Amino acid sequence: MPHRRWIWWIVKPLVFVACLVPLYLVIYWLQTEQLSANPLDDITDQTGTWALNFLMLTLSITPLRRITGWNFVVRFRRMFGLYAFFYALLHFTTYVWFVQFFNVQAILEDIPKRPFITVGFTALMLLIPLALTSTKRWILRLGGKRWQMLHRLIYVSAAAGVIHFFWLVKQDTREPVLYGIVLGALLGFRAWTALQPRIQRISTPVAR
Amino acid sequence: MLIRKTSDIKWFDITDETVYRNRRQFLKAGSLALAGTAASTLLPGCLTSAAPEEQQAPQAKGPYDTKETPTPYQAITTYNNYYEFGAQYQLPARNAQNFKTKPWTVKVEGLVKKPAQWDLDDLLKGLTPEDRIYRMRCVEGWSMVIPWLGIPLKNIINKLEPLPSAKFIEMRTILDPVQMPEQKTDLLPWPYTEGLRMDEATNPLTLFAVGIYGKPLPNQNGAPIRLVTPWKYGFKGVKSIVDIRFTDKQPNNTWSIANPIEYGFYANVNPNVDHPRWTQKTERPIGQKLTLTQIAKGEVPLKPTLMFNGYGDQVASMYAGMDLKKFF
Repeated sequence: MPHRRWIWWIVKPLVFVACLVPLYLVIYWLQTEQLSANPLDDITDQTGTWALNFLMLTLSITPLRRITGWNFVVRFRRMFGLYAFFYALLHFTTYVWFVQFFNVQAILEDIPKRPFITVGFTALMLLIPLALTSTKRWILRLGGKRWQMLHRLIYVSAAAGVIHFFWLVKQDTREPVLYGIVLGALLGFRAWTALQPRIQRISTPVAR
Repeated sequence: MLIRKTSDIKWFDITDETVYRNRRQFLKAGSLALAGTAASTLLPGCLTSAAPEEQQAPQAKGPYDTKETPTPYQAITTYNNYYEFGAQYQLPARNAQNFKTKPWTVKVEGLVKKPAQWDLDDLLKGLTPEDRIYRMRCVEGWSMVIPWLGIPLKNIINKLEPLPSAKFIEMRTILDPVQMPEQKTDLLPWPYTEGLRMDEATNPLTLFAVGIYGKPLPNQNGAPIRLVTPWKYGFKGVKSIVDIRFTDKQPNNTWSIANPIEYGFYANVNPNVDHPRWTQKTERPIGQKLTLTQIAKGEVPLKPTLMFNGYGDQVASMYAGMDLKKFF
């Protein structure tokens, strides 16, 4: 991949705009009546799906980098993570707006009462500190190690997001299970690589 | 090049007895629909946006008709829970296009004077379908207003002559994995089965529907014949019925087998008994046009759900003294 720095001034904005396409499409489909007879639920579904998609994309950066050696992909990690937060926030907004119609009391009762909403709300809340500390300045302020520890909360958030999806479907669990498998693979890869050095350390003397 | 969608051809090529009986409505709706077809042939892109206005619903006139505005035909026929043809709302309209509904045989068995295999036309011979504009409340929290064309189930039951010992009626959807793709999976225990108590089945509200908007029932809505019980959640409405059994024991119904904690036998619409995972206090009327501007202005459709879906006068007495939290 390119080593010339100027190229990122083109590629990054392009990716940034591409990440807005799902939002654009939902609005376009709404305006051109291409959504179903229940467009509000479609908007809720779409924003939720894309929050999950961006969480998965964010989590796939590290494995992709390790496997392919393409270090440049890390340049997109923060952007994808912030987009996950952005779509999750839109998704929550549809719940507040379309489902509860800004009835704050009903929302406060609903969140602890219904497990799938509790876990979905948790997933969103966990993303807030990550979005707030996503700048270079915050990395310096916290120190790399501590910042990394904090940002491992994305594992919990993504798992909560998948459980939220699994618990909300009526009967057809195939799609949430697929997300579960993808997330399992992405987190499994991390667990596996975390164990690698120790295994090597143990096995090295024997090999000699 | 002229490409006609099969859905356009279907309604005009089939002359159905039920439509003939309802010819005044049919003429009115038909001429408008023809105008719609002509327009869509010239301007194919306009088909989806033009269709809803072209369908004229029967006017509320009977004692059981709701005065509410019927949901557009387009919405009723593209937003379906018919898992046999796909587990997403828009799939049945696509996957059921070529479903064969003629000839159609209905097996009548159990506690009945003469168990028999009926040809559907013979079964319905001499019975008059009626226009009934009913509310429909889905257990998932959305609702529609549907102008059904249906035969009161009571009239069919009278013709079948069940024995006095019959306390329940059990109805089953066709089992045909070749035509119904999801029946190849174990998404639900197939074939789809539903049941009613005899007093529920003979309630004047209960229909075997054969049409909507004065036209033959589209495949995705349960052609050729389906159950309609407007005071119960939509999933009671078993579609494409091939089997009717009279019995003295309460039948198992598909959703209560699949998930007994969340779905019961009665499934009466009840805002006081929440689904374990979501509220049943409110519902979202769907199918009306909605733009971003309307949403931004706060015109979000949401309304309180009524006990027995507003049909308490007709049905509440059947459940007098029952704990509806227990028998949900």
